[in-house]
Amino acid sequence: MERETRNRFGGLLAAAGVTLSAGLVASFLARRRAWHGDDAPGYTQPRSFGDYDVTGRSVTIREPRQKLYEFWRDFANLPRFMENLEEVRQQGDDGDSVWVIKAPAGRSVEVETKIAREEPGELIAWRSVEGSDIDTEGRVTFEDAPGERGTRVKLIIAYKPPAGEVGKRVAKLFQREPAIQARHDLKRFKMLMETGEIATSARTADQTRAAQQENG
Amino acid sequence: MRALTWHGTRDVRVETVDDPEIINPRDAIVKITSTAICGSDLHLYDGVIPGVKPGDVLGHEFMGEVVDTGRDSTLKKGQRVVVPFTIACGGCFHCKSQQYSACDNSNPVEKQDMSATLYGQPMSGLFGYSHLTGGYSGGQAEYVRVPFSDVGPIVVPDHLEDEKVLFLSDILPTGWMAAENADIQPDDTVAVWGCGPVGLFAIQSAIVMGAARVIGIDHYPHRLELARKLGADIVNFRETDVREALLEMSGGIGVDAVIDAVGMESHGFAIDNMLDVAKQKVGIGADRASALKQAILAVRFGGKVSIPGVYGGMTDKWPLGAMMEKGLQIRGGQTHVQKYTKDLLAKIEDGTLDTTFLISHRLPLEDAPRGYHCFKEEQDSWTKVVLKPGMETTA
Ligand SMILES: [Zn+2]
Ligand SMILES: [Zn+2]
Repeated sequence: MERETRNRFGGLLAAAGVTLSAGLVASFLARRRAWHGDDAPGYTQPRSFGDYDVTGRSVTIREPRQKLYEFWRDFANLPRFMENLEEVRQQGDDGDSVWVIKAPAGRSVEVETKIAREEPGELIAWRSVEGSDIDTEGRVTFEDAPGERGTRVKLIIAYKPPAGEVGKRVAKLFQREPAIQARHDLKRFKMLMETGEIATSARTADQTRAAQQENG
Repeated sequence: MRALTWHGTRDVRVETVDDPEIINPRDAIVKITSTAICGSDLHLYDGVIPGVKPGDVLGHEFMGEVVDTGRDSTLKKGQRVVVPFTIACGGCFHCKSQQYSACDNSNPVEKQDMSATLYGQPMSGLFGYSHLTGGYSGGQAEYVRVPFSDVGPIVVPDHLEDEKVLFLSDILPTGWMAAENADIQPDDTVAVWGCGPVGLFAIQSAIVMGAARVIGIDHYPHRLELARKLGADIVNFRETDVREALLEMSGGIGVDAVIDAVGMESHGFAIDNMLDVAKQKVGIGADRASALKQAILAVRFGGKVSIPGVYGGMTDKWPLGAMMEKGLQIRGGQTHVQKYTKDLLAKIEDGTLDTTFLISHRLPLEDAPRGYHCFKEEQDSWTKVVLKPGMETTA
């Protein structure tokens, strides 16, 4: 079942990211049929996406696709591994939600998002609604990895560096290397899924990263 | 608790630090009964490994008694365990392939970037060994927090005293994997550079695996004597031209397999190490790989090269031509300790392997700085130091 709403930058994410297809031969051919010069994901090229910054990252998780999809689809779980997210408040069942993002100086910014497209077990795409403080959209895809490697999870995030006073604060936050942020968030997701916990080398509980953050 | 902490090059101190606590569900807390100083601790002591911070608790060879467990630990209070120095989750692709020292999930996320930049992918977590590998507090202390305690620690039976099983934490599996990586066949002549703890255990392992002849290379008389007692032939590189000797001892063919159990601080094996020393002082520049370079020249065409010695960075003047033209197989890596502990414990129990011959000194934890100093400066007689937190200090 596929549900698709009008998506302002759907083409952008497709260009930056993945094509999904069913079946071995089809997916093999799809990879051959790259729209640009080579077969690498678009976001690995140093090229411009207009007003938008695009970052993407993959991680392989040795767990079933469906389990990973379901955990992610419950957006309330995201703050468990996304460092910048304070909380996600879900509104109803269609995936409308408010993402509370940490901003500098103990403030936070709220972004209302809608699910833009969803393919159970394979893809979740979301975007901020018109007029949000942050103009952003994201897409996570889940794809079977070869052999017993589990699932390839790919996260692509596009966002428009915002204007205005709030915008500047948020921009500062996002410009803290969104690529590194995405990489770290995905690694934490992997740890949580594969081990049930997120590794820390702290010796005492109040030395943990979480505790440090809570203490400001 | 009391713990051995790093403060700078040749500056380690026993201090009082916060006791460890259970943080994650799979954690356990172990009260240390025995812990050893390792040759690779001397790389930290000498300041040649980056990412060590003042106050870090060192030590990655340790064992003790379980005193606390998280809700998902499979250990029970009161059990005696030896803890592998490699921290491994047991659930990732690498752990499932028994490549435990390549675990994807044991190095905290925010610590992975440095080694990912250096090596292309991040390293896994290790106890007491720099923030490159997680910055985990080590076991040269009264207590240690052990993550993934359901995967790493091996429970040891009460009738085996600490000194028989302690080295399951690192050097025994490391010596064993070094020999395994040399793919030893029954007719093989195997040369081992360095008769320190890992070299000696590699010699012992190669003999157990059925090598026809094992040759230990070093210059410390006592260490060479220990190698000979294990059944190896010995070559003293201060007295003998090693390449010439190995060529003759293998009937002109070259030795079948070589093991470099010296690592990045190998001294005196070649003349090019002045340059390498200078670069090493600048940061993670050039490893002094002179033993390895010599080994690559000594091994026969189609021979096998095993590298258990620790290397961190890059090296100059690598004999790439010899490697290619001779068709060598080169294997290295941090030890997949968890893969070997069970089998090696059985070999200790049935008497196939004995590791106690190695221990030259036993000191209270409080004397650890002296242990480091002497292990570094008096390598011939200080072959292995075991620290005991509970031991009486004798001044
Ligand atoms: Zn060691
Ligand atoms: Zn693992």
